[in-house]
Amino acid sequence: MLDPYTESVLIFTGINIVLALSLYLPVSAGLLSLGQGGFMAIGAYTAAYLTTEMQWPFLVALPCGGLMAGLVGLAVGLPSLRIKGVYLVIMTMGFGEIVRVFFLNFEPTGAASGLGGIATHTTLPGVAIAVLLTLLLCFQLRGSRIGRAIEAVREDELAAEVIGINLTYVKVAVFGLGAAIAGIGGGLYAHYATFIDPAQFGFQRSAEIFIMVVLGGMGSFWGAAIGAIVVTILPELLRLGNAQEWRMTVFGALLVVIMIVRPWGLLGVRR
Amino acid sequence: MSATETPLLEARNLTRRFGGYAAVSDMNLKIARGTIHALIGPNGAGKTTMFNLITGVLPPSSGDVLIDGVDVTGSRPDRIARRGVVRTFQGVRLFPTMTALENVEVGRFCRTRGGFLAAFARIPGVATATESATRRRAEELLERVGLADRRHMLASELALADQRRLEIARALAAEPKLLLLDEPVAGMNPVEVHEAGELFKSLCREGVTILITEHHMSLVMAISDLITVMNYGRKIAEGAPDEVRKNPEVLTAYLGTEAAA
Repeated sequence: MLDPYTESVLIFTGINIVLALSLYLPVSAGLLSLGQGGFMAIGAYTAAYLTTEMQWPFLVALPCGGLMAGLVGLAVGLPSLRIKGVYLVIMTMGFGEIVRVFFLNFEPTGAASGLGGIATHTTLPGVAIAVLLTLLLCFQLRGSRIGRAIEAVREDELAAEVIGINLTYVKVAVFGLGAAIAGIGGGLYAHYATFIDPAQFGFQRSAEIFIMVVLGGMGSFWGAAIGAIVVTILPELLRLGNAQEWRMTVFGALLVVIMIVRPWGLLGVRR
Repeated sequence: MSATETPLLEARNLTRRFGGYAAVSDMNLKIARGTIHALIGPNGAGKTTMFNLITGVLPPSSGDVLIDGVDVTGSRPDRIARRGVVRTFQGVRLFPTMTALENVEVGRFCRTRGGFLAAFARIPGVATATESATRRRAEELLERVGLADRRHMLASELALADQRRLEIARALAAEPKLLLLDEPVAGMNPVEVHEAGELFKSLCREGVTILITEHHMSLVMAISDLITVMNYGRKIAEGAPDEVRKNPEVLTAYLGTEAAA
């Protein structure tokens, strides 16, 4: 049996892989998002509310959280068509803040004092299954008709449009799908942390997910997964040294070094 | 074509203004099925703007565009592509980090089916019937334009002439009734220009109507059935190559007033 510490590190690694892949999907169509924390919050709160207040079974509540986040993602995705590049990043940041402030004031889920007493439903095998399913989803998309269209939209929107690709459909769908997966990640997180409050899903969280994808390489979903593993496990490995208080500083410095040495990401392709 | 047949593409009083400047004004154009129609004129005459208006990349300030008699003015570019009007770009726009084969496969998008669910439902690692058909068609088209041996190269690694060929193959994958070629032989050597001309003629024989803009006059004169000449956003002449060649207004536009005198 694994000791509880190792198990918790592995569970967080798994959840982070799901979250990194949730961002990889919109990124693969050229849509950068710094608001994944917001979608994660929607999934976490929805699923946790359903299991604690409504006594729904976890396996029903978790997809409901994903569905809710996905629907909000579709609504946010629509304006994203008109906004490009850095402006889209700012818009999604704003969205993340709106979600955080919403839950800060939303009484039914505990507002600022958070939502506690959530049962621990997230287990290591459960997380492993979620990771495998998300990886399978990304794998299946590659080389399919819709997967190639997503790639084409990232490469050249205008060229994609004039050969008959509906930009609205591709962008909104991929953004919504990413949001739904972030919601699933949030639900898994809530049922492991057992207590959630809005501060856990703020800008810090969105930025962390963003770092995983950039670090791993934006060109492939394997890259995003590797990025998530590095960002989760590296700070834990640094505990082994005797400079505990400098751990996060060293971690930050290592990230900087990696990005200087491999600006295209750990697994990315040099372009 | 008979006088009563609906033209494949018709532009009626098409006008596009940028601020106070009219890039295209009051253009009328009828493209008959099964022809190669050239649109020529000096730089800045409004040829590319015409292409943008026809393919829905830019909305016209006024006027209409009809495909097969159906008004498509203001339609999105992807809808127009589905209706069978597909273009290439003057400055080649490929998907640079995808292979030649993948570029052409993307072109099949609007003629095949299958969304996210279809992608998730397939057996991992096994191509579906549609995907194999897409690949076969893409390979045929690459063969057609002479790129079969370079199909696994990235689009960005190809030479300019090959990139232009690839862009044509990608457009053909979308099964166009009307293919719009924006300066398709710019930057090609004489041999390549000749090959491209043969390709356009054979495509036309197979039923693809072509609208081409080009500065390479000997090519235009050799392959066109009808030539429309533009200058300052207006049509100044239209006719068979021999008529256009002798038209004094055309000579003025191209060579200045002395030559026309």
